[in-house]
Amino acid sequence: MTFLQLNDLKVHFPTDDGLVKSVDGLSFQLERGKTLGIVGESGSGKSVTSLSILGLHKGGRAKISGEIWLDGEELVTASQEHVRSLRGKKMAMIFQDPLSAMHPYYTVGDQIIEAYRIHNDVPKKVAKKHAIDMLGRVGIPQPDRRVDSYPHEFSGGMRQRAMIAMALSCDPELLIADEPTTALDVTVQAQILDLMRDLQRDFNAALIIITHDLGVVAELSDDILVMYGGKCIEYGSADDIFERPEHPYTWGLLGSMPRLDREVTERLLPIKGSPPSLINVPSGCAFHPRCAFEPRTGGKGSTLVPDLVETEGGHLVRCHLSREERRDIWATEIKPKLES
Amino acid sequence: MSETILSVQGLEKHFPVTKGLFKSQVGAVKAVDGISFDVRKGETLGLVGESGCGKTTTGRLITRLIEPTGGKITFEGHDITHMKQGRLRPLRRDMQMIFQDPYSSLNPRHTVGAIVGAPYRIQGIQTEQGIKKAVQDILELVGLNPEHYNRYPHEFSGGQRQRIGIARTLALKPKLIIADEPVSALDVSIQAQVVNLLEDLQNELDLTYVVIAHDLSVVRHISDRVAVMYLGKIVEVGDRAGLYGSPMHPYTNALMSAVPIPDPKQREGRDRIRLTGDVPSPLNPPPACRFHTRCWKAQEICKTQEPPLAELAPGHAVACHFPENAPSKTETPATVA
Repeated sequence: MTFLQLNDLKVHFPTDDGLVKSVDGLSFQLERGKTLGIVGESGSGKSVTSLSILGLHKGGRAKISGEIWLDGEELVTASQEHVRSLRGKKMAMIFQDPLSAMHPYYTVGDQIIEAYRIHNDVPKKVAKKHAIDMLGRVGIPQPDRRVDSYPHEFSGGMRQRAMIAMALSCDPELLIADEPTTALDVTVQAQILDLMRDLQRDFNAALIIITHDLGVVAELSDDILVMYGGKCIEYGSADDIFERPEHPYTWGLLGSMPRLDREVTERLLPIKGSPPSLINVPSGCAFHPRCAFEPRTGGKGSTLVPDLVETEGGHLVRCHLSREERRDIWATEIKPKLES
Repeated sequence: MSETILSVQGLEKHFPVTKGLFKSQVGAVKAVDGISFDVRKGETLGLVGESGCGKTTTGRLITRLIEPTGGKITFEGHDITHMKQGRLRPLRRDMQMIFQDPYSSLNPRHTVGAIVGAPYRIQGIQTEQGIKKAVQDILELVGLNPEHYNRYPHEFSGGQRQRIGIARTLALKPKLIIADEPVSALDVSIQAQVVNLLEDLQNELDLTYVVIAHDLSVVRHISDRVAVMYLGKIVEVGDRAGLYGSPMHPYTNALMSAVPIPDPKQREGRDRIRLTGDVPSPLNPPPACRFHTRCWKAQEICKTQEPPLAELAPGHAVACHFPENAPSKTETPATVA
């Protein structure tokens, strides 16, 4: 049985201006010990996906449909209380900004102890010892003293470590990290990425890492899911996405990034236009107004929503171009420009 | 070599830390602590470093948005270090700034026309066919529709807003533009558009840029020369090929090795340098070489003697006692001036 499975998840928000389809039919699977990277620009629905897995949109205005199976349990129809009992224990989240995700009035230790004691019936002393262990584990120096510090006394990197310690304190089986390093400097980012890799190995958790940074994804992920306008437009192994990408949007992302490991290119190859508004998603393929290859679809781009089709061995692409066309364009038009 | 447009000598900015009723000074945050560099006409100088290294303060000092506490800034032959605002104003035409956050740097109550036209009004400049025509021309230049003249900032996306900011910067045809993190608030695909736009404008209008950024790959892409800052000091400066090809300062090496590479095949086997700890507080920076607390090559001398910024290869200077990739005398202390 698959550990985490999403089937046709839809998260829609009714607003005064219309229905915002933040996530519109998303399916994927994830096993224990594996890492899935979800990549997309702002407003592509990546954070909404993670919040709905954790059940944090329950009871709000969101209209959620589809299925989320976690270790044999369905979460979309489960009660709020039940999902709450799973949160922290079975699944946990690392947020982007550790300063706003932690309570400024309580010490870091108290916050970890609280999370631990909700799920484990232990005296406070035992929980505190556990908190110190966890802080030490994530590389905070002198954890027995730092456990009594307040979040503002920590630096950005230390706060992120403390939040990871909190998320891991109940030994979750699913860990979701939403832009875990975006707020950090590069040298600290490298430390945190190393830490997450090591911890995942130790805890054998399933990890979902959500980011806009393809570099971070390449460092950590086994599989990668590229989102655009609330839909998955390409899914595959890290090698598939970086070596044999088949969706024009993925090509665009790769062409937009200057890279330190290659020669300096004369010009970047950006995607024209800007990401769509989710109230007014373009008809047909959501990417067609920005796609350089839309004319080659013979008008289908603006009228028909393409299906997510397997092209080879678990590599899925949502595009009207035929497999041969895509491979030909990648090999002759895109790849040479990226590597020139 | 072309002429120098901006020259900075020993620039310092110490923010006082006060305490008590009488605000007696108990210390100083040495945000920028004696940096010197030149910017040549037509080039792009990149200024990189982690948060708190003083790169933004440097940008604001050069544009005189804040008052330096020491050193000298010369712009086109004028000493502008402590020039009065009234005398500085005409010079501001030639020196403009692009800000990081396109959401907070545009007044939400002003139309695009008012925002981009403001420089003309402030400077009292008459244009041939009126300000409106001039503004519309600039909007077109930065890739916006001239019909956007009467719209408000909230009607635009982040990338378009950044273009509006760039249009305002260009209104008076400046010679030098200081861009403080011009793309870091933008989505990846939009970043590339703005980077390309900045490059096109440089070629068309013969601009000189000082680009302040934390993203090493973006800086490498657009800069001719790069200066690396750490805790208020420049630790290494050189042309792009030299600095990225054979970085000499351990900190530069560490920074580059920390950048995640978007290639899963390089995940294993990369020879990484991992710094431990965080950047120390600029309130109380380590003595002598400020990097010695995190440096794996540090020895006794690094704790007692500050290494000077010495030119070890043509146009490539580094402040380190034990530089790497140095052309000669590797692993021996650099000459102490």
